[in-house]
Parts: sequence; structure tokens; C-alpha cells
Amino acid sequence: MKRRAVLAALSAAAAAGVLGSLVFLAIAWQTEIPAMAPPKLADFDAATIHRGAALVAIGDCVVCHTAERGPAFAGGRALETPFGTLYATNITPDQRTGIGNWSAAAFRRAMRDGVSRDGEHLYPALPYEHFTRVTDADLDAIYAFLMTRGPVLQKTPENRLIPPLGFRPLLAGWKLLFLHEDPVLPVTGQSDEWNRGRYLVEGFGHCGGCHTPRNIAGGEERGKPFAGGIAEGWDAPPLNAANRTAHPWTVDAVYRYLRTGMDAEHGIANGPMGPVAHGLSGAPDDDVRSIAVYVASLLERDGPKAGSLPPVDREVEATREHPEGAALFAGACATCHGPGAPMMAQGRPSLSFVSALQADHPRNAVQAVVNGLPAAQAGRTALMPPFGDSLTSSQIGQITAYLRSRYSERQPWTALEDSVEEALNAKEQP
Amino acid sequence: MTIILNVNGAERRIDAEPATPLLYALRNDLGLNGAKYGCGLGQCGACTVQLDGKAVFSCLLPVAALEGRRITTVEGLGTLDKPGVLQQAFETEQAAQCGYCIAGMIMRAQALLDRNPSPTETDIRAHMQPNLCRCGTHMRILRAVRRAADMMSGKLAILESGQ
Repeated sequence: MKRRAVLAALSAAAAAGVLGSLVFLAIAWQTEIPAMAPPKLADFDAATIHRGAALVAIGDCVVCHTAERGPAFAGGRALETPFGTLYATNITPDQRTGIGNWSAAAFRRAMRDGVSRDGEHLYPALPYEHFTRVTDADLDAIYAFLMTRGPVLQKTPENRLIPPLGFRPLLAGWKLLFLHEDPVLPVTGQSDEWNRGRYLVEGFGHCGGCHTPRNIAGGEERGKPFAGGIAEGWDAPPLNAANRTAHPWTVDAVYRYLRTGMDAEHGIANGPMGPVAHGLSGAPDDDVRSIAVYVASLLERDGPKAGSLPPVDREVEATREHPEGAALFAGACATCHGPGAPMMAQGRPSLSFVSALQADHPRNAVQAVVNGLPAAQAGRTALMPPFGDSLTSSQIGQITAYLRSRYSERQPWTALEDSVEEALNAKEQP
Repeated sequence: MTIILNVNGAERRIDAEPATPLLYALRNDLGLNGAKYGCGLGQCGACTVQLDGKAVFSCLLPVAALEGRRITTVEGLGTLDKPGVLQQAFETEQAAQCGYCIAGMIMRAQALLDRNPSPTETDIRAHMQPNLCRCGTHMRILRAVRRAADMMSGKLAILESGQ
């Protein structure tokens, strides 16, 4: 009797397993969309291509889809993730190595469902969970822009992922859990500008890709939109009332920051945000203004008015608390950041207004000391030399602790040593 | 305060404020005038020296940070009678016009060649990027670094006593 019950349970379990696998295979299975001859320039009207160009600047496709010093959109840039290294693909209209033989339908499916033309699942490094919110017309405009660029023959390197994540059908399971399709519908009572900004931020701009925390499986945590995340070793600060800056973010401040990469009351876009600001410097002005209207509404909080705060400068206390840091600051930093330095007369942010020094975590402040503001971004905003090669980890820790103490009224950082080690180790990676 | 610096393999004792930039100590206290003062802001590279093998701006390097660390200046690479490989290559390619940036250029290039004796053109350009030349001899400078790399890897002869 007992044996029979066990057998029955086992066969039921086996049947359920087989059924489950079949259901999973049915979901995981995606058909190939036939290859087609590449479209010609004459197939698109100029206005559509221009609209696509504007969207591509806002979505900043070029940042991920271009290797360092490589041809634009030809892919090959490595993206380090907790699951291994992914390489961005070639999205130029090359027929062999790019998307030259993709139809508009294949492009839309890739963008919304994360499925390649040949039916393979794409990794969510392509933020398709945001692109589900982009309208057909906008996806077609993006397609028109990409398909009218010059084709570049460049094969994408193989991804290097922790087994078994190289097995792409598994991504169907990921999508079941994390690929939510909810369109961004206009909110009545909000301005057209706000609604336009929301559509761009939540959709093709995919700001949540970095600014929303991710769970252990790499999915965005839906319950915590814009609560802040980590991208490539940098903090993507929360885009809500928890954002700790000396001055509040106004529409004008967000606009200046996004458009020029710098706002004197908040600081300079650095790390992965640098290229985002650079992309937006070439986007349509009213779109950037709309994004600023929406983002500023997320960041709204009670507090001091913009421009109302005197700079914090606790020089005496900070020097007493961190004498080594003070001496290092005097020799390494004060020529630019000290009172009366020429740079300060050029409208650059005072250190007491720099968001990174007010943040809960020291990560971005440490990154700025270790890597500076790289020259690749320098023509756009400002240049800061890196100190990761000239100062030791303990010296970088002393300087950063001194900066926190001198230019903010917040608690000392606790995770400072770990952050310094992390930033220095990342810098040594090829 | 008294600070001991390890410069070009020798221990040198100087008396200076802890925040004094290394560049001032090299030029004013130790008479090593190879490294130049360009901008004083870490933006031009004329003051570049090697610190534990890496190329750094000596104008933004307080001497208090340097205990136990190894400093190399252009004077440490060779002499007039016996120039080092990079110095020979810069002479051969006539890479200097006014010469103000050259010591910094050589020290940055040395840091690359120490780490990677056979760099590609892309490696050289990316690595030399922080150093500026106002005369516009960048192409000769790049050729000189290429030549030095080829001399080190045996493709070109290294001269025993300079030109």
C-alpha cells in the first residue's frame, strides 16, 4: 500500500515536471523572424529619422553599444555584471554582424520582448522592461535612425557568464518574473510637460535601469522605484525625497545638470552619469526640459530653498579630527578646491554643495578621488586628475574622511575603507 | 619638518612643510630641474614623474604622502653621455620643439613601457593622453615612444653611448 502511494506520488511529480518543462519550453521557444534585405534611406522620411536621432540621444544607445575608441553603435563594449561579462551587440545595419537584415517587426520584438531576430533571448542588460513602454511610432523612428547609419563589420565578442547563465532559454523564466508590461498612460491633472517627461524617463530613457535598486536576480525592484541603485561601482542616487543634497533639486537645477553635466549647487556628472549628460546635451531642448520637470517632481522634498544656503566649511574641526587628511588636502586638492582658487571663480561647485559628499555612502566621493573626472568627459564639463596612482589607499581614506568632516554636517562614513579598496581594485582591472 | 624621499634610487633628506608639492622639492631642494611647472593643477603633465612605477603629476603630490615610496625623475633614466632608451628615441625623432613638456612625456611613456614593452599605437595614444604639448609635436612624440618600444623589444638597436 505504502509503496503504491509512493509510486503514485512519484509519477504525479514526474508528470508535473514534464508538463512544467513543456510549458516552459513553449514560453521559452521563440520563432525566427525571416531576414530581409536592408532598407534604404529612401524607405524612411527625414522627419522620422530626425525623431529617431532625438530618441537615441535620450536613450543613449551609443554609450553601451560602442567599444572604447570603437566605431559608434558597432558594439563590443564589455558590461561587468554580478553574473559575468556581457558584450553589447553591433546595432549598425551591417548584414553579417549587425542588424542589417532585421525588419521593423524584428526590431520591435527585440526592444519589447528581448528576443533577437533569430529567436534567441536577449539578456536584460538591454533594458527591455523599459522599452515595453515606448510607442510603436517611436520604436519605428529609432529603427529608421539606426538603419540609416553606416554599416560596420564588427563581430561581437562572446559573453563570459557564470554557468548555467550562458543558456539563454533560462531568460524566459527571468522575463516571466521581471518583465512587466505596463504602459505609461498620461496622468490627468499633470502638465503635458510632466507627462512627456514621465514617458521619456520611464520609457526609452530607462533612468530606472540604474536609479532603481535591483534584486538578487538582477530584476528591478518594483516596490522601490527610483530608490537608488549601483552601476559600475558608482552609486546611482535615489531620485526621490531621500536624495541627500545640500540644496533641493529644482527644475532648473535638474535641467542644467542633465543638459550641461554640471550644476553649481549639486556637482558634476561623473561615472556612468557623465555620458548620460553628454547624450542629453544633444537631445531636443524641450524633451530635456520635460525630463527635468518630471525628475524634479520625484525629487521634491521639504527643506531649504535653492540658493539659500551658505557653504559649510568646518575647517578647524575637520583639521583637528583628520590632521593627515588636512595636510594631504592642502598639497593635493587645495590648488583647485581651496578658497580663492581660480577654478572657484569659474562657477564650479563648492565642495560643500557637491552631492557626493552629502550622500549616505562614500562610494561616489571615493570614486572621484581615485579616478578624477576623466579627460574623455573633460571637454564637456571639467577635468579632475585621478589620484588612484599617486596616493595610497589609506591616504585616499584620510582625504575623503577629511572632506566629509569639513564640507558636510553629516555623520562620518563607516564604509570608507571598503569603498577605497573596491575603487582601487576596480581601477586595476584591465 | 624633515622628510626623507627616495629619488632615483637614493635617499634624500629635505626640510619642508608636509603639504609642499613634490615638484617644488625636486626643483628647489634637490636641484632636479627635469620636471617642469606647467599649470600646477594636474592638467598638463609637464611635471610628470614615476611613483612606484606609475606616472603621476608631481605638482599635486604632497611630500608628506611619499614616505617609503620610490620616485623616478627623468634624471634617473640616463645622463647626457649615456642617455636612456626613451631619451635616445626622443633625440632621434627630434621630438622636442621648445622642450618644456618633454621630461613629463618621457616619464609618462616610461611608465607604459615598464608595464607593456610592446604597446600598440592605440595603447600609446591612450596612455599619453594626459600630457599636453603646446608646440604641437605630438606626432613626433608618438613616433619617439614607438621607436623606444621597438628598441626595447630588439626590433631596433639601442646605442651604447647616445647619438
